[in-house]
Amino acid sequence: MLSAMKYASPTTVAEAVDLLGSEPDARVYAGATDLIPQIRAGRPEPNVMVDLKRIERLCAISSSGSTYTVGAATPTADICAHDGLAAAFPGLVEASGLIGSDQIQSRSSWGGNLANASPAADTPPSLIVNDARAVIAGPGGERTVAAADVATGPGTTSLGPGELIVEFELDEPPARTADAYLRLIPRTEMDIAVVGVAARVTLDGDGKVAAAAIALGAVAPTVVRVPDAEAALIGNEPAGDALAAVEAAASAATNPIDDKRGTVAYRRQVAGVLARRAVSIAAERARERGGQS
Amino acid sequence: MSRVHVTCTINGDPAEFLCDGGQTLLDALRDEVGLTGAKEGCGTGDCGACSIVMDGRLLCSCLVLAPEAEGTSISTVEGMATGDDLHPLQQCFLEGAALQCGVCTPGFLVAAKALLDRNPDPTETEIRYGLAGNLCRCTGYDKIVRAVQAAAERLSG
Repeated sequence: MLSAMKYASPTTVAEAVDLLGSEPDARVYAGATDLIPQIRAGRPEPNVMVDLKRIERLCAISSSGSTYTVGAATPTADICAHDGLAAAFPGLVEASGLIGSDQIQSRSSWGGNLANASPAADTPPSLIVNDARAVIAGPGGERTVAAADVATGPGTTSLGPGELIVEFELDEPPARTADAYLRLIPRTEMDIAVVGVAARVTLDGDGKVAAAAIALGAVAPTVVRVPDAEAALIGNEPAGDALAAVEAAASAATNPIDDKRGTVAYRRQVAGVLARRAVSIAAERARERGGQS
Repeated sequence: MSRVHVTCTINGDPAEFLCDGGQTLLDALRDEVGLTGAKEGCGTGDCGACSIVMDGRLLCSCLVLAPEAEGTSISTVEGMATGDDLHPLQQCFLEGAALQCGVCTPGFLVAAKALLDRNPDPTETEIRYGLAGNLCRCTGYDKIVRAVQAAAERLSG
């Protein structure tokens, strides 16, 4: 198997876009941690694999002014080892480190995690609460969209023919802001999320919530934002009734499946519990960060 | 269809081989280069029996297309021993009977070496997480963890 495919390793984004446009079933090849298992499971073989990892932009982490830029194929191992990202986005970096084993960490990436569009992917909820933007290149040039607008359903995305995610942009969080990500799996390592919850909280000078973002993974076809939970926090301390409202709103926002890893009722309940805890952790981190930005 | 010519370094020696564009690096190492230490357990990146190190990164060679190896430096289990002298990890696996059928062993050795190269004095928890990408269906893992602890001690001594 896999033997009839051609392999191409462009070194520029323009070359990659040309290659993707040159064959009707050319595929982007980055870490291949999902792609090769999918082909082995019987998905049609692409005729050309376009390896993105020799394109410098796709594997680079940089910061300019108050914006971080992270190449879409950058291994999550490199993301986890980056002190600046870990300090600015602790939850997003934790989510990145939860993907698979050390072997997989060498290959897994935000771009792949988002573009494979698994509802249970770990990093999309955290990318979304941090307002990450995806820079997408294609035959028509480059465009920038919210990371939230890339996945449209299980395995489907808004990427057009010949398009690829080049990099992600993330703005340095404001003062007294931090994020957290919590995931439930039936064991401690090497499993797929039953529920994943990302939260980001900004506190005002009095310790009340000035801004909040909560996103749930693995409980609906795509990541779900919970505006009711976010509204319940604004203007309140992240405690007591406000957290109870977060829990109720997060449970209510789910539309989960029943499968071997969890029933609908279980996922609903766990989503609420994890949302409450993730908000608490994010708020605690935001307090610790104080006025630093 | 024309085959792809790959030039790389394997276990410190210059190497070249011909492969198909869609052939995995695991298959190329085994079938084209003749290095059969890395094993195919699952073929989907779950079991770690095909673990190798490429350009300093531990990975599953079943999830890598062979042409990607062009210009890289690869380490496999065959490169661990020095002549007839086994690497301390290999010696400790033998002494501690940290294997039964042995299919997973090359992957465990390569992953454990990558772990100790990065963290020469890991806790038991760090060893268990560090080897979470390697499955063994025989030993129950305890002997493997103890062998890695023993090797860490020997390497630091």
